[in-house]
Amino acid sequence: MAEVLFSRPKSLLDIPMHYCPGCHHGIIHRLVAEVLDELNVRERTIGIAPVGCSVLAYEYFNCDMMEAAHGRAPAVATGVKRVLPESVVFTYQGDGDLAAIGCAEIIHAAVRGEKITTIFVNNAIYGMTGGQMAPTSLESQVTTTSPYGRKLSESGMPIRMSEMISTIDGAAYITRVAVNNPANMAKAKSSIKTAFQLQMSGAGFSMVEVLSTCPTNWGMTPLEAVKWLEQNMIPYYPLGVFKTPEGVAKV
Amino acid sequence: MAEKILMKGNEAIGEAAIVAGCRHYFGYPITPQTELTEYMARRMPQVNGVFLQAESEIAAINMVYGAAGAGARAMTSSSSPGISLKQEGISYIAGAELPCVIVNIQRGGPGLGSIQPAQSDYFQATKGGGHGDYHCIVLAPNSVQELVDVTVESFDLADRYRNPVLILGDGALGQMMEPVEFRASVATVVEKPWAAVGMKNRNQPNIINSLHLKADEQEQHNHKLQARYAAITASETRCEELYTDDAELTLVAYGITSRIARTAVEKARGEGMKVGLFRPISLWPFPSDQLFSTASRTKAFLTIEMSAGQMIEDVKLAIRCSKPVYFYGRYGGMIPSPREIYHEIVKIFDGKGGR
Ligand SMILES: Cc1ncc(C[n+]2csc(CCOP(=O)(O)OP(=O)(O)O)c2C)c(N)n1
Ligand code: SF4
Repeated sequence: MAEVLFSRPKSLLDIPMHYCPGCHHGIIHRLVAEVLDELNVRERTIGIAPVGCSVLAYEYFNCDMMEAAHGRAPAVATGVKRVLPESVVFTYQGDGDLAAIGCAEIIHAAVRGEKITTIFVNNAIYGMTGGQMAPTSLESQVTTTSPYGRKLSESGMPIRMSEMISTIDGAAYITRVAVNNPANMAKAKSSIKTAFQLQMSGAGFSMVEVLSTCPTNWGMTPLEAVKWLEQNMIPYYPLGVFKTPEGVAKV
Repeated sequence: MAEKILMKGNEAIGEAAIVAGCRHYFGYPITPQTELTEYMARRMPQVNGVFLQAESEIAAINMVYGAAGAGARAMTSSSSPGISLKQEGISYIAGAELPCVIVNIQRGGPGLGSIQPAQSDYFQATKGGGHGDYHCIVLAPNSVQELVDVTVESFDLADRYRNPVLILGDGALGQMMEPVEFRASVATVVEKPWAAVGMKNRNQPNIINSLHLKADEQEQHNHKLQARYAAITASETRCEELYTDDAELTLVAYGITSRIARTAVEKARGEGMKVGLFRPISLWPFPSDQLFSTASRTKAFLTIEMSAGQMIEDVKLAIRCSKPVYFYGRYGGMIPSPREIYHEIVKIFDGKGGR
């Protein structure tokens, strides 16, 4: 008998995704789903979908889901978790969603030490609306609303959310990962798993920032996009763990 | 019968919500409703409930969205500028068909306005307020006792129709103290098989959502909502009538204004003027049929509002412009006196009324 080495996680529905070729949203969905499977929490998980390219995340995850208004997922997740403290609650948010319109909601969810997990997909651009500047867009990055390149004198510096949120006491676990190669994917998955485990142990707020590509709006092939991420994003957004409760490595 | 206790309007709403089984309150302070937020902060822990002071009204209403989506009876409250911020969430809640209760203890506006009582959020409350084709059920009590009764009922209505219910009060009602009676706990337990609580043994995920990317599917969803609004309109209009049987002039007023108007009506009656009072209690659905039927008996209407004239549009629509409608309003936080209203009545009887 042949052994099955690779199959669709139970927490992901068997539906073709709408993401562009080479987009990392699909990989990140899969990693989250694998973690839900491995922790065996799918049946008590409620996911909160954002506004952005992953707006349809509720069509893909095989668990109860809510669709939130642009940026408000952390507040919605707070409401859910306060009603169902035994449940596992995660938000999945892009950088426009989390770092621009939803900046207050994510900061205060962290301040409260809300026992939720946030998957923060940072692709340095607004994907869904066609490639406008995000708070995370890099200096000189050309977008449809920074056609001459992002100027720091006008738009300020790109915001480093993980660094910022890691200064908040209620944040238990803040880490930045990427899914640009198999080794980093494995690290990303293990971070996502730790984040969920810490939520379940009641440690506080956990967030995994995942650097991600948007080949379509960056105007690149998927391979060029991965290279751009490695050469431009990782230097400005260094990978690593920014905040960890004591003994997190052993969780 | 339970004993009567003296209570402030804002606090009475809080206790009534607890009686109705609400155990999740999310709010943000703003005058003149803050006593309700403070009351919930005191009481919720005593009943094993959740009180959370959100970072903004936007967050508070979205916490309500999450809590309601997870099957709880949830409530938030605010006053005019705060309700404006909540409109985004209210539109989403209406779109996602979630039951919840929202309290607006109005103050003068626009903008930061005054902190005194007003009724100038009528349009916002009854015509949508947020984006899209939707309605909240809007109830406007006129006493502290009625605040209690309406609040308890609101949770049932919200669950029955899976629709947000807005309690529209004003600073005077929120701040005044009156004796009230709480009937024994009447919390109705409602099954919510649609709630997102974790799949447990279900085969299909439950999804709380207001997104329908395809226009025809969005239209279908709007059809469904419109059918619900029609059902609500058919069975949930509420009003009170006083001396309308033989009234030559019928005053129309709601909330605190209806009580002031009533004093003026009694005085005018005492002097032989045939005046009546029609009080809408549900502002949406507006009691149009009931008001229309008074139109056949009366010669004219006088709408009294603490606004520059908002409900008057519904009054004219309801009576299909079949009779003259006069208007008297104070606004910005000013409360009309019974004397002012009495003078308006006399003016109309003398043929000098303003429209
Ligand atoms: C209140 C509101 N403002 C603006 C929009 C339009 N909008 C939809 S997605 C989006 C940007 C999302 O970007 P991001 O969060 O980075 O996600 P991505 O699409 O890149 O995955 C915007 C501005 C909206 N839906 N709601
Ligand atoms: S537009 Fe960008 S973020 Fe959106 S699906 Fe396509 S590649 Fe992904």
